[in-house]
Amino acid sequence: MNVIVDNLDIWGVALRNTLLLFFAGALIALVLGTLVGAMRVSPVPIARAVGTVYVNIVRNTPLTVIFFFFAFGYPALDLPNPGYTVLAMCALGIYTATYVAEVLRSGINTVPVGQAEAARALGLTFGQVMTLVIMPQAFRSVVPPMMSVLIALLKNTTIAAGFSVAELGVIRANLSERGENALVVLLWVAAIFIVMVLALSLVQRRLENRWRVAR
Amino acid sequence: MSSVLYDLPGRRAIIRNRIIGVITVLVILGLGGFVVYRFIETGQFSAEKWYIFTFTTVWEQILAATGRTLAAFAAAAVASVVLGFVLALGRMSDHAWVRWPATGIIELFRAVPVLILMMLLYYGLPVVGVRLEAYWAVVIALAVYNGSVLAEVIRAGVESLPRGQSEAGYALGLRKAGVMRLILLPQAVRAMLPVIVAQLVVTLKDTALGYIITYNELLYYARLIGTQAQYDRPILQAGMVAAAIYIALCLVLAGIAKWVEVRMRSSQRAGRGAQATPSGRATTDTEVIAAQRGAGKFDSSAL
Repeated sequence: MNVIVDNLDIWGVALRNTLLLFFAGALIALVLGTLVGAMRVSPVPIARAVGTVYVNIVRNTPLTVIFFFFAFGYPALDLPNPGYTVLAMCALGIYTATYVAEVLRSGINTVPVGQAEAARALGLTFGQVMTLVIMPQAFRSVVPPMMSVLIALLKNTTIAAGFSVAELGVIRANLSERGENALVVLLWVAAIFIVMVLALSLVQRRLENRWRVAR
Repeated sequence: MSSVLYDLPGRRAIIRNRIIGVITVLVILGLGGFVVYRFIETGQFSAEKWYIFTFTTVWEQILAATGRTLAAFAAAAVASVVLGFVLALGRMSDHAWVRWPATGIIELFRAVPVLILMMLLYYGLPVVGVRLEAYWAVVIALAVYNGSVLAEVIRAGVESLPRGQSEAGYALGLRKAGVMRLILLPQAVRAMLPVIVAQLVVTLKDTALGYIITYNELLYYARLIGTQAQYDRPILQAGMVAAAIYIALCLVLAGIAKWVEVRMRSSQRAGRGAQATPSGRATTDTEVIAAQRGAGKFDSSAL
């Protein structure tokens, strides 16, 4: 326990940055992922193609490589540098967005075909079919897998440790400079992550029960 | 499947779709063009930046680094599949003293980030006198994490089978081990094979985490090339080469997953027409028997 109490400053900053990466990454991922997911089911062939290419390329790139591009590649382009934390948020968001898009798409596919057909038979437009009939139903089956994506995102924030962001993954390096036991520090980090993941899983279970599809 | 969401476009819809299409293309071209413009502006396409890639030794090193990535992947993949089966069997055991530890291990290692596991093995264990090479830290961390995930996948596969399967097995006089080995696992693995291969793609991608704990795999070598001052620090170029190799490797694995999935679906269709719906909710006894016959037929012809 001394490891934490003696170094509260470092732990505080690290936890704050991890949560910051998580929430900002989630926000970018949800917005971008919804856009890409919509593109992938849209009636516009070009938009579908763009969405497919984006998902297939980014999903098959290791997140570490994406971080590599943002942390080392982006500064080489001589653009205004927003700092490593913001770049890490972008890397996390862009990577996780592909998973969000896929979850949304498969959620839409779980809605029985007859629902969309009936809505179209009533003369609803594409926008109306989506917002009034498909999305409300898809949302329910999307919640549990979406929470899994967010849990994965939370765990992925540690990768920023390799790219100059002071979050929980870096804390070992900082504290071994102060002469702390690396094993104990890392076990505490692992414990913190277990608690956070458990909390998210609890939310997931509650939402799952609340939004269970009754068909 | 998504095509049921909208009608065949009429005249107005075609025009509107074209407009949206043009806007999409313009936005993409704009973004891509801006990146290319910045590349040109900062001289990323200049010959000096790419000069280092004209050496045979560099490519040999890249090949060797890719080999080390694949070595870690192969070891971790085999170990995680084996561990996945062991943990899955443990979690489904009837004995509480087997079931609880297995459940604990699975839940524990699924909750800890892989990178933290690697750091624990690489930086943490030396404190208690165990010194692991970076390679082993990567392999063990990946194996333990993906093994736990695969255990859940396999368990889900077994539990998705209709109850009649195991009941029929017991009725034939098989013991627990026999029911599991001869009846439940073969079907569960068949049903879950696409998911298992997809998890292997994740394993391959996660080998890149080894870069952070200084395992000299592909990305680590890319960073090494990218910081060579006498070759004008070609960090973006090195990153692009590494990314292309990673993407190619992952696409090959993902392609295998797709192929397996398509093959299974077609063989299932040939074997049993009635099992078109994968959800085994309303399967009758005759369907199960038909499915077993179909599966049996397929297996004997495949061998």
